[in-house]
Amino acid sequence: MNMDSIFSMFLNDYYIQVLIMLGIYLIGALGLNLISGVTGQLSFGHAAFLSIGAYTSAILSLRLHLPFPMVLLAGGFMAALWGVLLGYPTLRLTGDYLGIATLGFGEIVRVVFLNLSITGGALGLSGIPRYTTLTLVIVLVVLTVWAMYRLENSRFGRALVAIREDEIAAEAMGVNITTSKITAFAIGTFLAGISGGLYAHLIQYLNPQDFGFQKSFDFLTFVVLGGLGSIPGVILGTTVLTLAPEFLRFVAEYRMMVYGALMVIMMIFRPRGLLGGVKLTRLLSRRKVQNTGTSAAGGAN
Amino acid sequence: MLTQQLLNGITLGATYALIALGYTMVYGIIQLINFAHGEIYMVGAFIGVLMVSVFHQGLLISLCAAMAFCMIMGVAIERVAYRPLRRSTRLAPLISAIGVSIFLQTLMTKIEGPQAVAFPHVINDSLYHMGAIEISKIQLIILVVSSLLMLGLHFIVKYVKIGKAMRAASEDYDTAALMGINVNRVISFTFAIGSALAAAGGVLVGMYFNSVAPLMGVLAGLKAFCAAVLGGIGSIPGAMLGGLFLGVAETLGVAGGFDLYKDAIAFTMLIVVLLFRPTGLLGRPIQRKV
Repeated sequence: MNMDSIFSMFLNDYYIQVLIMLGIYLIGALGLNLISGVTGQLSFGHAAFLSIGAYTSAILSLRLHLPFPMVLLAGGFMAALWGVLLGYPTLRLTGDYLGIATLGFGEIVRVVFLNLSITGGALGLSGIPRYTTLTLVIVLVVLTVWAMYRLENSRFGRALVAIREDEIAAEAMGVNITTSKITAFAIGTFLAGISGGLYAHLIQYLNPQDFGFQKSFDFLTFVVLGGLGSIPGVILGTTVLTLAPEFLRFVAEYRMMVYGALMVIMMIFRPRGLLGGVKLTRLLSRRKVQNTGTSAAGGAN
Repeated sequence: MLTQQLLNGITLGATYALIALGYTMVYGIIQLINFAHGEIYMVGAFIGVLMVSVFHQGLLISLCAAMAFCMIMGVAIERVAYRPLRRSTRLAPLISAIGVSIFLQTLMTKIEGPQAVAFPHVINDSLYHMGAIEISKIQLIILVVSSLLMLGLHFIVKYVKIGKAMRAASEDYDTAALMGINVNRVISFTFAIGSALAAAGGVLVGMYFNSVAPLMGVLAGLKAFCAAVLGGIGSIPGAMLGGLFLGVAETLGVAGGFDLYKDAIAFTMLIVVLLFRPTGLLGRPIQRKV
């Protein structure tokens, strides 16, 4: 019955830990893909929503001892709430300015968590119970991927793509831009919050420094490297980049240097991402689609 | 007391402005947020340390050496990491820039170690009293050097031919190319100047706070970038104004008891200003093309 004991028969703890991290990152990256890849809104503050979810669920676990599914959802909703609060005024800003505002928000959240007493300040929160398991993460990833596919092929999903491609044309076609953008932002930040909650209950220790803008950029890199707006792309990008530092351990000290250089090289050779413009369903149906090229190229302009 | 704080704020702001100019000029021409700019500032500071401690040079020579080195580095980074991506999506050069910044941070950590290095003693600091306010020699040097550099930049952009080409390219990149401007040369030149200013900022800040570290570029770069956006990104006077504004706001914030939230002040100001003036203080409104 217990899947996790079956996993631990075949995999050692290190592999399980890496796989769980991969799953957690995937959920967050799929959320960012909805905001940046599908809707075309630049967000540099994704880590902030992860940290909001992480701290909310961790504090609820520690203080109120609520059951895990409840604190996880609470973390997701808290992140979404802040997503809407930030999104409402700032989504009027276009392109880079939105990115900059979210970047600022991310830094503010970090500094605030660093100074609040309930979050443990610079010392962080420790002793968070370990609830996150590989089985749970796999279930949640599958659920998220499925939900994202459903969303992408829904009326709402097509409205989001229309906003990415041409905001004014979308508006003229009757898409309510503000509501759609905020809804997309809320769903994306909700997933970030869930991802953060899972992270907190895996690592068992939270520190505001773990959620700096570098982490936001990690997520952006996952999404862009794989191919903006492509779900298989996000999965591939996140997998490659989460596992790369692990595989690069043989170059130990030069690990991050190689990682940085790899990012530059990959962008030069695949500027639209590994699977940019590739849609799995279209690949499988073997239909020759000539102009998939433009769909991802226009992202986040 | 207030004038004293204002003076401290302006000193800090002048260094933000020096870094912000690089962001704003690059953004003005190729619409790229050069996230590696903060790392150029950091490398500049380390070159300053190297010149003073190993080669026993004075401040002026060290400053010039750091500027020259970073000039070459800035141009090289543009050639390697941004130029091949000139015609691709907006996010590709951004990711490339992040890659460069991770590379430089870890390279410097590898060479110098992760700890902060003290800036060697290069001038005898003394205090001057002017009425109620006192100004240190270092502050005076920062103010003089950064004003001279900014005046120099103003002169180049306004009166020299390549400056005119820069303005043309930032107005309309494609048309400038059609009019016979070598845009690649203009972009290289922009990177050279921006990097030199950041290097000067690095040396001055290193001397002012007496500390240089491989990760110093991260927060300083972000704040300078905030300054550029505050002033209206793409606008050179905007970057100067934004830098001074941020420096003063931060100093006054700390003096007013918000020292724990020091690093959040810049970003809070940024969001507030963007809400009321979505393109910054001196920015031009964005035209929506139908």
